[in-house]
Amino acid sequence: MSAQDEEIVGKAYDGRLMRRLLGYVRPYRAAVVLATLAAVLHSAAAVAGPFLNQVLIDRYLAPTHRPGAAGFLAARLPQNPYRGITLIAALYILALVLGFALDFTQTYIMQWVGQHSMFDLRRDLFQHLQRLEIAFFDRNPVGRMVTRVTNDVQVLNDMIASALVAFFDDSFVLVFIVAILFHYDWRLALLTLSVLPLIAFAAFYFRRAVRDSYRRMRAALAHINAFLQEHVSGISVVQVFNREAQAQEEFRSINRAHRNAWIDAVVAHAIYYPVVDILSNLAVAGILWWGGTSVLQGRLTAGVVVAFILYAQRFFRPIQDLSEKYNLMQSAMASSERIFKLLDTPVALASPAHPAAVSDRPGRIEFDRVWFAYKGEDWVLQDVSFSIEPGATAAVVGHTGAGKTTLISLLLRFYDVQRGAIRLDGRDLRAFDLQQLRRRFGVVLQDPYLFSGPIAHNIRLGESSISDEAILHASRSVNLHEFIEELPQGYDTVLRERGNELSTGQKQLVNFARALAPQPPYLILDEATSSVDTETELRIRAALNHLVKNRTSIIIAHRLSTIQRADQILVMHKGRLREQGTHQQLLRLRGIYWRLYQLQYKDQELASDSVPAPSLSSP
Amino acid sequence: MPRRQLLTLVPYLARYRRRILLGLLILLFNVAAFAAVPYILKLVFDHLQHGLSPRRLLIYVGWFLAAILLRAGLQYLQRLILISTSRHIEYDIRNDLLQRLTTLSRPWFQRMRTGEIMARATNDLSAVRNMLGPGLMYSANAIVLFVIVLAVMLRLDPRLTLIAFLPAPIVILSVQWFGKRIHDRFERIQSMFAVLATKVEENLAGLRIIRAYAREQSEIAAFDELNREYIRRNLRLVLLSGAFDPLLAALIGLALVLVLWFGGRAVASHQISLGTYVAFNAYMMQMSWPMIAMGWVINLVQRGSASWSRLREIFDQPPEIADAASTDRSLQAVRGEIEFRHLSFSFPGEPPAAPPRLRDLSLRIPAGSSLAVVGPTGAGKSTLASLIPRFYDAPRGALLLDGRPIQDFPLAVLRRSIGLVPQETFLFSDTLRNNIRFGEPAAGDAEVLEAASIAGLAPDLERFPRGLDTLVGERGLTLSGGQKQRVAIARAVLRQPRILILDDALSSVDTVTEESILERLREVMRGRTTLFISHRISTIRHADLIIVLDHGRILESGRHAELIGRAGHYASLYEKQLLEEELQAV
Repeated sequence: MSAQDEEIVGKAYDGRLMRRLLGYVRPYRAAVVLATLAAVLHSAAAVAGPFLNQVLIDRYLAPTHRPGAAGFLAARLPQNPYRGITLIAALYILALVLGFALDFTQTYIMQWVGQHSMFDLRRDLFQHLQRLEIAFFDRNPVGRMVTRVTNDVQVLNDMIASALVAFFDDSFVLVFIVAILFHYDWRLALLTLSVLPLIAFAAFYFRRAVRDSYRRMRAALAHINAFLQEHVSGISVVQVFNREAQAQEEFRSINRAHRNAWIDAVVAHAIYYPVVDILSNLAVAGILWWGGTSVLQGRLTAGVVVAFILYAQRFFRPIQDLSEKYNLMQSAMASSERIFKLLDTPVALASPAHPAAVSDRPGRIEFDRVWFAYKGEDWVLQDVSFSIEPGATAAVVGHTGAGKTTLISLLLRFYDVQRGAIRLDGRDLRAFDLQQLRRRFGVVLQDPYLFSGPIAHNIRLGESSISDEAILHASRSVNLHEFIEELPQGYDTVLRERGNELSTGQKQLVNFARALAPQPPYLILDEATSSVDTETELRIRAALNHLVKNRTSIIIAHRLSTIQRADQILVMHKGRLREQGTHQQLLRLRGIYWRLYQLQYKDQELASDSVPAPSLSSP
Repeated sequence: MPRRQLLTLVPYLARYRRRILLGLLILLFNVAAFAAVPYILKLVFDHLQHGLSPRRLLIYVGWFLAAILLRAGLQYLQRLILISTSRHIEYDIRNDLLQRLTTLSRPWFQRMRTGEIMARATNDLSAVRNMLGPGLMYSANAIVLFVIVLAVMLRLDPRLTLIAFLPAPIVILSVQWFGKRIHDRFERIQSMFAVLATKVEENLAGLRIIRAYAREQSEIAAFDELNREYIRRNLRLVLLSGAFDPLLAALIGLALVLVLWFGGRAVASHQISLGTYVAFNAYMMQMSWPMIAMGWVINLVQRGSASWSRLREIFDQPPEIADAASTDRSLQAVRGEIEFRHLSFSFPGEPPAAPPRLRDLSLRIPAGSSLAVVGPTGAGKSTLASLIPRFYDAPRGALLLDGRPIQDFPLAVLRRSIGLVPQETFLFSDTLRNNIRFGEPAAGDAEVLEAASIAGLAPDLERFPRGLDTLVGERGLTLSGGQKQRVAIARAVLRQPRILILDDALSSVDTVTEESILERLREVMRGRTTLFISHRISTIRHADLIIVLDHGRILESGRHAELIGRAGHYASLYEKQLLEEELQAV
């Protein structure tokens, strides 16, 4: 799944893709049969008008007594022209009413089928995205996946709504018209249809001509959107760096490309429509001449010629916008290609067939000679072994890129280790059910992510078994409650996207409450690095005490206070576990931890003339 | 109100008045040729009954061909001229829109969401174009055709004409009625679509949380609910749109039935000829399109004018911060002395009862010296910094530059002399080179590399295979937070600004790198004014003057050593930071 996928311009019809799409229609096949039936009947009603006119003219307006001219209907009409005409008008009205009802039925059923198929397709896509492993999302940007579920399915929907529905109906109408024309007179019918190849030819050339300008137009529009998005978001930067004039200049050229692509398309349209117009009227001219001559020679009736002329106009109408439908089909095929490619991406990391149960009491975490790389042999963790006893707290320290966050991702089985094993109470993680395993962990990630919606919803996170009391309790114990109480709507206060109306510290506290609410036996915490004000800092620190109580915890620590409280400190350096022990033990070791610590100490020395050296053993 | 606003479109149209008039003239002839066709049919069928010579028939067919060829040629020209003109007008308006956007100031952008501005520049503009292009063309077409056909039909048979046109008002009304409702339901679908997209986006952005908490099932359930609502709204639209087309077909069919019934009886009683009957049929079929088009055009105009009034909101918005009559154009350079004089400041639009963001702040930064601002989140540090490039306007006289009210300086001159590294780094999806020389597009590679090296970017550049040509952003490389900040620093430094503002600009850079960047900065900023805002004392220790800000007030000010000695807020902040500062790389 790559950026090139976005530029797929494929065939307008691909049997393989079409069959898979039809798979989504299959559950609703009864409805499709019904709609098809309605479409056939509607087409019959839709072609009644010219036929009734023919009967009217030949029976009453320009009566002829040639055999064969009087058809099935004409023979049954009364002698009296006034009654006969009224009868024909009544039949016509009947055809109109039936046509209206059948057309609506047909369209609604087809759209109903289309909507439900698209519902199923969207659901399949979303469910598949929920199953795909994290590694997949490292490779594929979020925006592109959103496009799959929304826009690409929408394109299919548009195809169904406008192309497919009309296609069904139009083709039946065409079949009926051709049948009637041949029934009237096969020579005149052939003459009428003789312009068809020419129209097909014109449509082909037109499509080729507009294809390029449509492509350019789409590219230019994407360009305009990207430019605007970027320059509106970064308007302050544009202004403070005096880039207004350049921005306008750049925009003008993008805008010009958009306009020119459109104007090319306008030219193509301006040629195509009149050409089709000429060709279809050429057929009418042929009907006039040949039909007129035949009438004069007594071979045809005036009514038939009128019917031919009226049918010809109806006949060429759907062909006129054939190329638009072609474009629609083409982009629909490209979209379904992308959709199925995503659906076909196998899930590389899943639960075993017969999972072991995960205990709901704090257990022992063990890393046994773990090796891990995100890509190839680019080892992020090398031979890492340690264990955390039930109920104990381990702090992981080390600088950026040491592999700290990777430890957490592996523990949650976002990725599988390449060598070695991670065990929970002596059992390999891979033996457990993924969901059950993860539910045993309370997790606070470094970026405190909030979802739009009420605060309570953010703490509960869709788990209906978490009671309001549990939420209250959780937020009280992490010092969040009093802040929430101050909000106008309390726990029902609706947050917008990412919860940006809260400060970073507040967001962190909400994440703490979220981790605590289900009372998990294990805790994983990636401490946020970003600075918060002192008061929030104190709250967070107090909350932390609550979080680790009676839990096996692993914390990526950035704060000295956290590190000192830990039962065990794991010092990661360049993907290896280099040192482990308590704060005092590690200091005595005079190794990496000691150096990390010295950095802090050195800064203290700088100010030692004015500030008493802070006591590091105090909490 | 919308009507008067529509008048503001006149200048855009006037620029193309010759083309538009020519297009309309062509349209007139085009329609006349079109309306001739049924009349030729009448001649053929009138004579067909009473013996017609083959030569005569050939002549009529010749006329027919001539009419359709003429029509096709004119139709080509008409489309070419009128539709492409609407594209030109769209282009002009869109350019003007961007021009206007670049002059608007930050308070306005904070009131408007980005998506809303984008929607105006694309969807609304497109609605306006539809009104000016197809809307104008089809309504002119419909009106002209209506007038000509009506005249011909009335001449042929006034009674039948009136009867045939009985359904016309119903067609126009129902097109309009359905059009409006279909549009409303469509909008409801669009907004649901946005909700659906947001749901997916949020789900994927918060993927790790969802997985970690094993809440996939509840997410799927929530998505299903939105998905269901989405198709429900779609089917509500189909209920209308699915009835609309068949209804139009039926109504137009009704006109044909009326022609058949009354016209047929008139032919039977020899009141009109067969040719006239055929011509009426053909005319009614010709008229079906204008009848539909009229209702459709009414909707186009309604939508277009609503869109245009939304666009006018942007065009009518005066730039809140701009050069004024009092601006002294002779000021073309800045020395860099900044003075705040009893400055109190609130953001525009804040309730008067709310405490001001900055309170009675007085401070002088001599040209060439450095000032550091520390304080907790929400103290007013960034607000203070945003007054200098005039993102917001300080009360006149409360902020002086080189001893004069900052508003005296032309805005372009003021901003040209500032290098700003904003708190939230914003880079453009372009090459690193173009991002660094954003403020100095003419800068050569040597200067760009020099600025990059000052910002500590040189080692990163070596690691990028394409060096300065590396693309940044969605289609290119994703930079780390620290790398982005350093690009932003390079961008500011390259300008060799008189005033450099670093708003928490090193927060994602480790302390070792920070130290070396600061050292280089001190060198290049010698003799220039520098304003540091930071949470980290390591960043600001060397500043000529440090102020501690809290709730918009200066609590303390002095040099690092003095403030430490005073054992006040700064000293305790320092103490805390020493204790709790993140452990850094060895």
